[in-house]
Amino acid sequence: MFRKLALSTAIALGLAAPGAAIAAGGVGYVEDYEFSFEGPFGSYDRMQLQRGLQVYTEICASCHGLKFVAFRNLSDGGGPALPDEQMRAYAELYEVWDPTLFDGEGDFRPGVPQDHFPESLLNTAPDLSLMAKARAGFSGPYGTGMAQLFRGMGGAEYIASLMNGYVEEPDCAVGDEAMDGLFYNEAFGAGAVPENCVDDHGHSTIKGTYISMSPPLWGDDVEFIDGAPTDVESLSKDVAAFLMWTAEPKLEARKQAGLTGVIFLTVLSVLLYLTNKRIWAPHKPKARTEDA
Amino acid sequence: MSGIPHDHYDPKSGAEKWLHRRLPIVGLMYDTLMIPTPKNLNWMWIWGVVLTFTLVMQIVTGVVLVMHYTPHVDMAFASVEHIMRNVNGGHMIRYIHQNGASLFFVAVYAHIFRALYYGSYKSPREVTWIIGILMFVVMMGTAFMGYVLPWGQMSFHGTAVITGLFGTIPFIGEAIQTWLLGASAVGQPALNRFFSLHYLLPFLLLGLTIVHIWAFHTTGNNNPTGVEVRRGSKEEAEKDTLPFWPYFVIKDLFALAVIMTVFFAVVGFMPNYLGHPDNYIEANPLATPTHIVPEWYFLPFYAILRAFDQDVWLVIAVNWVTFGIVDAAFFGVIAMFGAIVVMALAPWLDTSSVRSGRYRPMFKWWFALLVITFFVLMWAGAMPAEGIYPYIALIGSTYWFAYFLIILPLLGVIEKPLPAPATIEDDFNAHYAPKSGGAAPALEPAE
Repeated sequence: MFRKLALSTAIALGLAAPGAAIAAGGVGYVEDYEFSFEGPFGSYDRMQLQRGLQVYTEICASCHGLKFVAFRNLSDGGGPALPDEQMRAYAELYEVWDPTLFDGEGDFRPGVPQDHFPESLLNTAPDLSLMAKARAGFSGPYGTGMAQLFRGMGGAEYIASLMNGYVEEPDCAVGDEAMDGLFYNEAFGAGAVPENCVDDHGHSTIKGTYISMSPPLWGDDVEFIDGAPTDVESLSKDVAAFLMWTAEPKLEARKQAGLTGVIFLTVLSVLLYLTNKRIWAPHKPKARTEDA
Repeated sequence: MSGIPHDHYDPKSGAEKWLHRRLPIVGLMYDTLMIPTPKNLNWMWIWGVVLTFTLVMQIVTGVVLVMHYTPHVDMAFASVEHIMRNVNGGHMIRYIHQNGASLFFVAVYAHIFRALYYGSYKSPREVTWIIGILMFVVMMGTAFMGYVLPWGQMSFHGTAVITGLFGTIPFIGEAIQTWLLGASAVGQPALNRFFSLHYLLPFLLLGLTIVHIWAFHTTGNNNPTGVEVRRGSKEEAEKDTLPFWPYFVIKDLFALAVIMTVFFAVVGFMPNYLGHPDNYIEANPLATPTHIVPEWYFLPFYAILRAFDQDVWLVIAVNWVTFGIVDAAFFGVIAMFGAIVVMALAPWLDTSSVRSGRYRPMFKWWFALLVITFFVLMWAGAMPAEGIYPYIALIGSTYWFAYFLIILPLLGVIEKPLPAPATIEDDFNAHYAPKSGGAAPALEPAE
C-alpha cells in the first residue's frame, strides 16, 4: 500500500536508501495520543506549549529550523503566551545576522522580537514550522482521513509517534550492513527497509522503516521548572503540541470564528426557514385544513 | 425578457420615468427579479444561487488575498504563510477561499446532475446547458491554477502533470506545453501567468453567469415535471408560477444559510481535511512525489484519464489504426476531455421526448448508476494505479461514455414513459394533497 506521508517524509529528509536497502514503503504505526487541542472546542495547553518550546530549544534546534515563526509569536494570544520580558530575553539568546550593521558589511547581534527563528542548520533536517500540517495525512491513502475525521488524529500524533518510534530492531534486520547509520523507527513510513524484511510481493513485513535521524529523546533530556514528567512519551507529546502550534498558530482564533459563524448561521437558517414557511403558506393548497 | 406573460416594470414618479427613458436598468432588474418561476421547483433548484454566491465569495476573498500574496517562486510559499500568520483574519480568509473551491464543486456537481435527471438540457434549453458546461470547464481551469499559487509540492508537481497532458498531443504537444508554461519546465513564468489567469477567469465566469441566466430567463426555468408553464394568458401563467422575488429568493437564501452553516463548520474545525498535506511542503523541483493526486473534485476525470492504459484493447486498436500517432497517454487525454464533451452533447444524444426523469421508469435506474459511477470514479481516481483499481476505473469510464453515447439514444426509443401531469399547477396541488387522513397542520404559521 502506498503512503503519501511516507514519500513526503523521504523528500523532506533527503533520505536516500543506501546500498541494497529497499525503499519498500513500509507502513508506519501512529499512536492516537490525546491532545488538548483536538475537537471543535479544543485549545492549546499553554504550559505544554512552553515545555515544548523548551524541548525544541534544547534538543530539536541543534539541527532543525523554524523559519516561519517569529520570536514575537511566543507572546501571542493562543500560543505559549510567554510574558513580554521572557520572550525578549529568549530572543536575545539567538545570534542574528544583520546585514545593515558594521557599515553595511553585516554583523551578528542578539535577536529581537521581530526576528524569526533560524533556519535548519543541517541540509538533511527539514524545517519544522509546518511539519504538523505537512504530516497530517498519514491516516489513509490520499487522505481519506477517516482517523482524522473520527479520532481527531493529525500531524501532532505523527510527530509524537515518531519520537516514540525508536524500538528494538526486528529480527529480519539483524546483520544488514546496509542499515548501518540508520535507525529503526516503527512510526516512520518513508525510509529504507532491510532486504530480508520484504516478502515475495515486495511488501514490507515490518512496521515502519529506517530513518537517518538518531533518537533525539532518551528521557530526562530536559528539566522542567513546573516539575512536569520528563519521560520520552511526555517530552514527545510536549514537543508535538508545540509544533502543532507553530504550524497552526491561529487554531484557537479559527475555532472561535468557526463557532461564531455556525451559531450565527444556524439562527439565520431558522429565521429564513420561518420566513419561507410564512410567505409560501397562502399559495399552498389548504387541503389538509379544509378536510379536517 | 421571459416568454412567459407577466407584469412589466411601470415607472411612476417623474425621476423614474426620466431614468427609464434613458437607461431602463430598473426595468431590467425588475424583470430579472420578478420573473415567473414554476412554483413546483424542489430543493435541487437551489444550487444556482449557491453557485452565484460562491463565485462572489471567491472573488471577494481572492481580491483580499492578492493584496498580500507574492507570485514569485522564492516568495509565494512564504507569502501564503504570511497571510496565515500575520495578516489580520488572514487565516480565515485563506481557509474560506481554499474550502470555497470545494463548496463550488459540490454545488456544481449537484447542479449538473439535477439538470441531467430532470432533462433541463433538452430543447429549448440547449444553449443554457452548453454555456453551463463551458462554465464548468472554466471553473476547473480556475481551480487548477489557484492550486498552483501556494507553490507547495502538490502545486508544483501537479502543474507538471496537468500541463504534461497537453504534451501528449502528437507532433505539436511539446510546443504547446512549452507555450503554456512559458518555459520548458514549471517555474517562474508558469507561476506568473497562472496567477494572472486565476485572477482573470473568475470574471469571465461572472460574465458567463449573466449569459447563463439570460438564456434560461428567455426559455423559462425547467421544473421537476418537465412540463412547460402555460403561456396562453397571464392568468394561466400565474396559476403555474410565482415571481422569483420573494418566493424563491427566500427559499434559496434559506438553503444557502444551511449550506453555509456546514461550510463554516468545515472552515472553522477541519479546514485542511479536504486538502493534501504535501502542499504544506514548499515546492522542490528535485523531489517528485511518487503519487501525485489532484484535489477531490478532479478525481472522477483523473480516473478516466488514467483508465485507458496501453493494455486496453481499444487503446491498442486505435494505436494500430492511427499508425501509433494516438498512443495510450494521448488516448487518456482524449477520454478525459471527451467525458466532458459527451455531457455537452447530451441534448442531441437524448432521444426521449419526455423531459423529466420522474416519468421515465427505465432512465431512472441508468441515471442512478451514472451517479454511482461518478462516485466510484472519484474513489478510483484517489487510489494508486495498480492492482484492481485500473480495472474499476476502466469499467466506470466505459459506463460514463456508454450512458451518453448508447443508453441515452436507445432509451428514448425503447422506453415507455409514465403519464406526466397536465400542468405544473396539478403537480403542485398534488404534492400538498392530504396524504393519510388529516394530521393537524402543526407547522402552519399562526396568523
